[in-house]
This record gives sequence, C-alpha cells and structure tokens, in this order.
Amino acid sequence: MNLPKKHLRQRPYFEPRLPQRNRMASIWQSVFQLSTTIGMITLALLLFTVVNQTFGLVAIDNKVDPASLAVNGLPIEELDQQTLINIIKQNVSPGKFRQLEREEPLAERTREEVYQVVVDDVVQPNEIVGTWTLVESLTMRKAILTEVEQEYPQASVSFTSWIDPQFVTSPQSSDVLEAGVRTAILGSLYIIIITIVVALPVGIGAAIYLEEYASNNWLNRLIQTNINNLAGVPSIIYGMLGLAIFVRTLGPFTSGAIFGISDTDTANGRTILSAGLTLAILVLPLLIINVQEAIRAVPNSLREGSYGLGATQWQTIWHHVLPNAMPGILTGAILSISRAIGETAPLVVIGAATYITFDPTGPFSKFTTLPIQIYQWTSRAQEEFHNIAAAAILVLLVLLLSLNAGAILLRNRYARNKNY
Amino acid sequence: MVRGFLLFCAAFSVLTTLGIVYELGKEALLFFRNPAVDLLEFFTGTKWQPQAGAFGILPLVTATLVTTLIAMLIALPLGLAVAIYLSEYASSRARNILKPILEILAGIPTVVYGYFALTFMTPVLRSIFGRDVVDIYNMASGGLVIGILILPLITSMSEDALSAVPRSLREGSYALGATKLETALKIVVPAAISGLAAAFVVGISRCIGETMIVAIAVGAGPNLTLNPFKGAETMTGHIVRISGGDLSYDSIDYDSLFAIGLVLFAITFGLNLFSQRIVRRFRETYE
Repeated sequence: MNLPKKHLRQRPYFEPRLPQRNRMASIWQSVFQLSTTIGMITLALLLFTVVNQTFGLVAIDNKVDPASLAVNGLPIEELDQQTLINIIKQNVSPGKFRQLEREEPLAERTREEVYQVVVDDVVQPNEIVGTWTLVESLTMRKAILTEVEQEYPQASVSFTSWIDPQFVTSPQSSDVLEAGVRTAILGSLYIIIITIVVALPVGIGAAIYLEEYASNNWLNRLIQTNINNLAGVPSIIYGMLGLAIFVRTLGPFTSGAIFGISDTDTANGRTILSAGLTLAILVLPLLIINVQEAIRAVPNSLREGSYGLGATQWQTIWHHVLPNAMPGILTGAILSISRAIGETAPLVVIGAATYITFDPTGPFSKFTTLPIQIYQWTSRAQEEFHNIAAAAILVLLVLLLSLNAGAILLRNRYARNKNY
Repeated sequence: MVRGFLLFCAAFSVLTTLGIVYELGKEALLFFRNPAVDLLEFFTGTKWQPQAGAFGILPLVTATLVTTLIAMLIALPLGLAVAIYLSEYASSRARNILKPILEILAGIPTVVYGYFALTFMTPVLRSIFGRDVVDIYNMASGGLVIGILILPLITSMSEDALSAVPRSLREGSYALGATKLETALKIVVPAAISGLAAAFVVGISRCIGETMIVAIAVGAGPNLTLNPFKGAETMTGHIVRISGGDLSYDSIDYDSLFAIGLVLFAITFGLNLFSQRIVRRFRETYE
C-alpha cells in the first residue's frame, strides 16, 4: 500500500460519478426501447383502425315495415297483382303514381315487376341509418340495440363484414351496400401490367449499363446523380409530367385515336395506357437503384472467370452476372411494383375517372384503381363510406402482402440453386 | 449495339428530368406571362384565390411548412432513437424481427395513412383538445401522420449510417471506460453525422412532397394560418384537389398548378442535391 497519496485522492473524482453515469445509461436505454415500442404500436394502431372499421353492426331501415302492408293477414310476397297496385296507389304520391303509369301501365306489367315496384318505392329497403365500429359493436351491443329500437323501430340491426366475396366481385355503385372494388382491382392490374412491360426492360438495361459498362466520366456521373435525385422527386410531379406529356401532347396515341379507336369514352387520353406509362417513369429510378445493388453484389471472380474462358462482355453479363443477380433483381422489381400499386396522387392528377361501373376493356379505357377508390370513399362525409374504404384498404393490403410474400418465395428459390 | 441500347436506357432518366423541367417550366411561363399574374405577388401575396385573380403562394407554403415541421418533430427524435436502439442495443434476434416490421410500415400506401389520419388521429386530437379548438380537417393530424409515414425512412437511413461506423471506434471507447450510452452518443453518432444529416434532409423533402395524407386530412381551401388545429391546404394538396376536378387546358387554373409544381420540384430537387452534398462533404472515411 505504497501508492502515492495523489492517486488515492483521484479515486473520489471517478467513483462518485459512476453510479450517475450508469443511471443515465439505463434511463436512455429505456428511452430508446420506448421509442421502438411506440413505432410498433403505431403500426398496430393503423391496422387496428382499418379492421375496426371493416367489421361492425349496421342498422338498416325499411322506410315502411313490410309487415304493416299485409292485407287480410297475407304478407306482400303472397298478394296478387291488383292488391299490390292498390298498395302502391295508397302509399306513393299521386305524381309518382302517374309517372309509374306513364313508364308502363301497372296493370300491364307482370306480377313480379309490380312486386318489385312495391319493394323499391313503398318499402324502400336498405337505407343505412347507423354503423358502428367493431369495438363499439362488441362492447356496447345492448346500448346500440336499444338506441336503434327507440329511434328507428323498423330498422334491423345485424353484424356485418364490409369485406366479403360480393365486395370484391361487384362493380362500383353509389349504393354502399352494393358497391364493390371489381372495377378498381381490374384497373390496378391493367395499369401494373403496362408499368411492368415498360419499366422492367428499361430499368434493368439502365442498371446493367451503369454497373457493367459505364466508365467514370462526367456523363455517367451525371446520369447516376440524376437517378438518385429523381428517386426523391414527389410522385405528384410525375403526375403533372404524365398529364402534360401522355394525356395532352400524346393524347391521340394514348386515347387510341391513331389506331382508329374512336370510342367517346376513351377521349382525352386519360386512359389506362397513360396511367401505366406515368407509373413506369415514376418507379424507374427506384427500380434502377435496386437492380444496381443486385448486380453490384455479384462477385467479381465470376466475371473474371468468364473472361478467362474467352467470353465477350455481353456473354459474361447474360450468362453469369444476370442469373446470379436474379434474386436481387426480382426483389427490386417487386418492391417497385408494390410502390406503383399503392400510388394515388399521380393518377388523380392525370385524371382517373371518378365513377365508372363497367370493367376496363383494354389500354384505351378509362380507369380507376384501388387506392383511388379508397381516396374517393374516404373523402365522402357519410360514415358508411368510411367502412367500405376500410374494406378496400384491407383488399389492397392483402394484395401487396401476397406480392411481397411471392417476392420472398421467388428469392429463396433462386438462392437455393446458387452454390457458392 | 447492345451497349447503345443500354446507354439509352440509362440516359432515359436524364430525359425524364429534362421533361419535367421543360413541361413544368413551359406551363409556368404561360402562367407568369398572364397579365393577371405578378411575379412579386406570386411569392409574397397572402391570398390564393384563383377565382378572384389572387395568386399568392404564401398560404400554400405556410401550410406545407407547418405540416412538415410537425412531422419532423415526431419523426426525427423517434427515428433517431429507434435507429440507435437497433444499431447499438438490440440483439440480432430483435433486429431480425423489428427491421421487417419497419419495412412493412414503409410499404403501406400513403392513402392508407391518409385514412388513418382522418378516422383515427383527428378524432383523438379532437377529444384531447376539444372540438371547438380542433377543426375536422386540420394540419396537426396530417403532420403527425406524415411523421409516422417517414419514420421508417429516417430510421433505416440513420441505422445504415450508424452501422457503417467501424467496430474499432466503439471498442476503443469501451476500453477507456465509457458506458454504452456515452459510446453511442459521443462516439458513434458524431462519426455518423453525415449520414444522419442526409436522412434528416431527405425526410424533409419527403414531407414536403407528401400528397395523399394532406389531401385527405388537412383541408380543402388555402388558409394563411400557423395554427396547427386549423384546416389549410398545402401545395401538393392544392394540386390534387384542383386537378381532380374538371380542368380545361390552357386555363389560368391549369397553368397555375404547374407554377406550384415548379416551386415544389425546385424545393425537393434542391434538398435532395443538398443531402448528397452533405454526405460527400462530411463523410468520415475509416480504413
């Protein structure tokens, strides 16, 4: 214990601060962990909000209770034509009755047609008087039922899933209960096909050039910088570019007019073709950067081995570099396609149709897409449109998720065949 | 010949940029040539009312600034904290779970975030601050959700920058008796500062260009206010709303959109260039 006194005196300067430093360290560690948890909670909340709106109780009111229309104890389903006409006469306004007669005299219609008139104009079913979210439906079921009972004695309340096979297969409609996303899904698929056909060859070509051929001169540096910058340009700017070039300048081409297609529906060039080309330009920078990374990851020894056997540069690229980069290229391609499927703003700008109920027939059709449908339904003030918007979001997320799962499967498959 | 085709593919991106500049510039020029428009008024006017012939871009710019500021206040600290956690603290197992989740967050279309802002964030804000204070459409909910939207972007860029700092620096710090926190904050973060700054700038540029969230949740009318609980309209939101309606070519409305677009493009392009410059200028190279 012959340490100089000086050292002994220094210990207190170090030691008392140590617990404090450790305390700070653990406090901040929990701050970092908390932040991460917050991030995860947000994702959960996002999904929860969507699911919460997709399922729930719905109160549907018939304006007139069908049971009250019964004559002599017979429900309206079993009444004969004359009685039905009498019911119509008693329950609709004289003007409306005259209008019905003008369209086709009721007596000359078949019984089924008259019955339909009773249902449509007298009973007037399917008017939504209230919707509730999943949580409300589960926790306050009783309160909701009594409330509906008091306000709309005729209404029937049922637990509804807004997303169902009918929702996926029916076309758009202004009636919430009948609306579906069929038109939107088809529109999205058509547009994506055009985007893939245009963007994939150009994107892969550009990446090959930049990685395998380009020397380090000003032109190639400019191209590279430019691609990195384009990846950061807001998507809405691409929409304006598409509007100015594809819709306006190339209008005759994108509306099909120069191919002799002169359907009035396709006029103005606001077509699937314009949308697909716009999205192709939009995803190109992202695609090129991803493919470049995949090509860069191919080891140089492979290239040198190929050259050593006397292959030309193109043979080396085609037979060795590309096959080995394939998993990465596929992943990049699918990422870009996912981005294109989710894009909304540029398509709104180039003029997606706001309301179409027929399926698109080809590249020169008007279009709507899933995200646009979601946007339009979300912008409506009525609560029930938010429910079908949520259902459409689920459809979109499932579509994107299956694409990504496909990407992972493909990648694993290719990766297994590689053995170095 | 193959080489020529490939060069064309690569040069196509330059053509795209030229196309954007040309088209935006052409229409914007038509707009500024219009006798109803005054260049000075465009940049300093406080009213944007195309019907009344008032074209002052300030209300649109302030709305963009407010939403961007709110978003960055959320995303920057949170994103940085998550990145530090992922790169310095998390076990490799936790990282393997968390990073895919962040990628999922990044892959969700922005229109879904818009829906989230309107149906979740706005009601929450209204129940906290009161219905009289918070409008149905307001900048706060849009800004908060944009913050959530760019969180994965900031996190992954920052995490890349932090993990690129060589291990030897951390080990040197530990050897001198520093705690994990001191190593992370005083050694790793300063060493990665160029990458972090780039993430910050790219994040801002994403916020400014974000469209669907503001179109859905922020409002539908230009409004010069700094109150985040009021509705307003950003540059992007205005472009979407006007072009979503019936728009005739060569009208002053149509041209004015391109003038706004040009301003937007100039800001974001400048920010992106700036971020690349930061990385090149301040990058610390170790070997």
